[in-house]
Amino acid sequence: MKSFTTHSGIAAPMDRANVDTDLIIPKQFLKSIKRTGFGKNLFDAMRYLDEGQPDQSCDGRPLNKDFPLNMKRYHGASVLLTRGNFGCGSSREHAPWALDDYGFRCVIAPSFADIFYNNCFKNGLLPIVLDSTKVDQLFKEMYAAPGYELAIDLNSSSVTTPSGDTFNFEVDEFRRHCLLEGLDDIDLTLQHSNDIRDFELRHAAAAPWVFDAIQGN
Amino acid sequence: MAKTLYDKLWDSHLVKQRDDGSALIYIDRHIIHEVTSPQAFEGLRMARREPWRLDTNIATPDHNVPTTVAERASGVAGIEDIVSRTQVTTLDDNCEEFGIMEYAINDKRQGIVHVIGPESGACLPGMTVVCGDSHTATNGAVGALAHGIGTSEVEHVLATQCLVSMKMKNMLVKVNGELGEGVTSKDVILAIVGKIGTAGGSGYAIEFGGQVMRDMSIEGRMTVCNMAIEAGARAGIVAVDQTTIDYVQGRDFTPTGKLWDQAVVFWQGLHSDDAAKFDLVVELDGSSIEPQVSWGTSPEMVVPVSGRVPDPAAVSDPVKKEGMERALVYMGLTAGQAISDIKLDKVFIGSCTNSRIEDMRAAAQVVKGQKKADSISLAMVVPGSGLVKAQAEAEGLDKVFIDAGLEWREPGCSMCLAMNADKLGNGEHCASTSNRNFEGRQGYGGRTHLVSPAMAAAAAIAGHFIDVREFVGDAS
Ligand code: SF4
Repeated sequence: MKSFTTHSGIAAPMDRANVDTDLIIPKQFLKSIKRTGFGKNLFDAMRYLDEGQPDQSCDGRPLNKDFPLNMKRYHGASVLLTRGNFGCGSSREHAPWALDDYGFRCVIAPSFADIFYNNCFKNGLLPIVLDSTKVDQLFKEMYAAPGYELAIDLNSSSVTTPSGDTFNFEVDEFRRHCLLEGLDDIDLTLQHSNDIRDFELRHAAAAPWVFDAIQGN
Repeated sequence: MAKTLYDKLWDSHLVKQRDDGSALIYIDRHIIHEVTSPQAFEGLRMARREPWRLDTNIATPDHNVPTTVAERASGVAGIEDIVSRTQVTTLDDNCEEFGIMEYAINDKRQGIVHVIGPESGACLPGMTVVCGDSHTATNGAVGALAHGIGTSEVEHVLATQCLVSMKMKNMLVKVNGELGEGVTSKDVILAIVGKIGTAGGSGYAIEFGGQVMRDMSIEGRMTVCNMAIEAGARAGIVAVDQTTIDYVQGRDFTPTGKLWDQAVVFWQGLHSDDAAKFDLVVELDGSSIEPQVSWGTSPEMVVPVSGRVPDPAAVSDPVKKEGMERALVYMGLTAGQAISDIKLDKVFIGSCTNSRIEDMRAAAQVVKGQKKADSISLAMVVPGSGLVKAQAEAEGLDKVFIDAGLEWREPGCSMCLAMNADKLGNGEHCASTSNRNFEGRQGYGGRTHLVSPAMAAAAAIAGHFIDVREFVGDAS
């Protein structure tokens, strides 16, 4: 897994609450059987003025000039600033894949939808929860100053603004550890293979029908 | 110590509590579909990992499959959209390579993942169930701990039979009393989402209880649990009772003989203890729930059918107000407009929320002997599985729909998310029995209104929303 320790980058806004996974990456792009290449279709319906199709080049598609990611000042942004319940809706991991592929390393919001939040960590993308007054402050400062950069340090779990304000955020210890070290979840779990086998024996004694095989095509 | 149902399900699947706060939870059943699995199988191959326990997986294609008889006739090869075809073929190939049981495209048991799980008996009370799809909570209706996972977790479950998880908090949503006539499980869950909001259940496992849930059929409970995710919760569950046990008996993968007897005894303990403590309890009065219609672009934006589109000016929270204003623009509605005045273009009856036999019956009962309004360009009924389709046809429901001018389709997700050819045109309004009214969900620029099957059926006949309770009155 990709690791995350520190990162500094330009912040860009997605200034609305309840940004759902259909907005992050519309379903026509989920037909891919790959993990990469979704960045050009991130926020597709808002970013372009036409309806995007899978396997289509985005060069020459009409851009929505009012959409922040199309504005010069947010060019190269790698920190997304947004509102509550970001990532609600589907469990599609294509949403963090698209954010990552676009170049985002970090998303800051007052809250995230559970599955999306979880999926981010699997892809080296750091979701940061800050309370809404702090998020408000970041939005205001960002709008006021083109090229506004935020510095994120996962070791100290902090976000620092250009003027030096530092906000701490909370992350579950195991998620923080895995992200810092770039550890592979499957390898970690397989270290407990014996525990899993022991559990299966106990479980089969208590609820043997659970182990009836799915078969019989 | 007194435990909630969620506590019991968690404790009975806890493999290892790790020092860093995470836990390994054993997964009893894993359901696979074509959209979220290809990258997981690819990951296994690349790391040369063997799946842990193959015979616990079951797969079916649903999101991309066409729903017209013509396009289904020649199976996978007949799927016109090449990208969709590749995805379905990839699922077939992966199941073949790994030896996973699949209900392939034209198998009579094929269907939407969350419909086939309980229908086949693959998902049973007391099990942990996962699937790379957020509506997996549907299986909670039979007293299983079920939730949606991402693709990395699909790979993780295939490789280890476990999920790395953190225990959620306990919420009880109690729906008291009795539902009025014409009010359905869909109205109950829409009213719940309207009340607690789309983030209200975030971090919780929701147990749905109260007299209304006890009186509800298992299929109705599925509709409720299905949309737990729309309330922000990853899992929704309902305690096991006799209704549950009657439902699971005799299904393909349900145990028989002595194992059945043993299972029933075990399952009878699957309810929250009387003294169990919930972190949050929300109560609703079932008798005051009316048929619901969503007006906006989030499932919490619902009002009773007798109501009006709300006015953002009356809301003080700036973020919420802005969301409402944006939704009004997207939906092409004005504040104060009567719900019954919304002009509808299409009707969709289907999806993992409402595509089971009871839903088909409820819709058929409303349209029987009536004709679709001319102003509705397309009204389609898409059964959730091949078995639902066969049952409906055995009851003659397909004829009822066709006679009324509705289209009767082949099973799949269809216009719920419009990954196949079934979609809304730009600006079209649709009465839909699905679960999400997000921007573009049912097609680019499409405008979705979430309703129950009976309400969707009534809208197909009237051409606009109408209180199904009055409608039934008129027809009889
Ligand atoms: S019917 Fe809709 S919500 Fe259900 S699994 Fe299919 S696409 Fe997802």
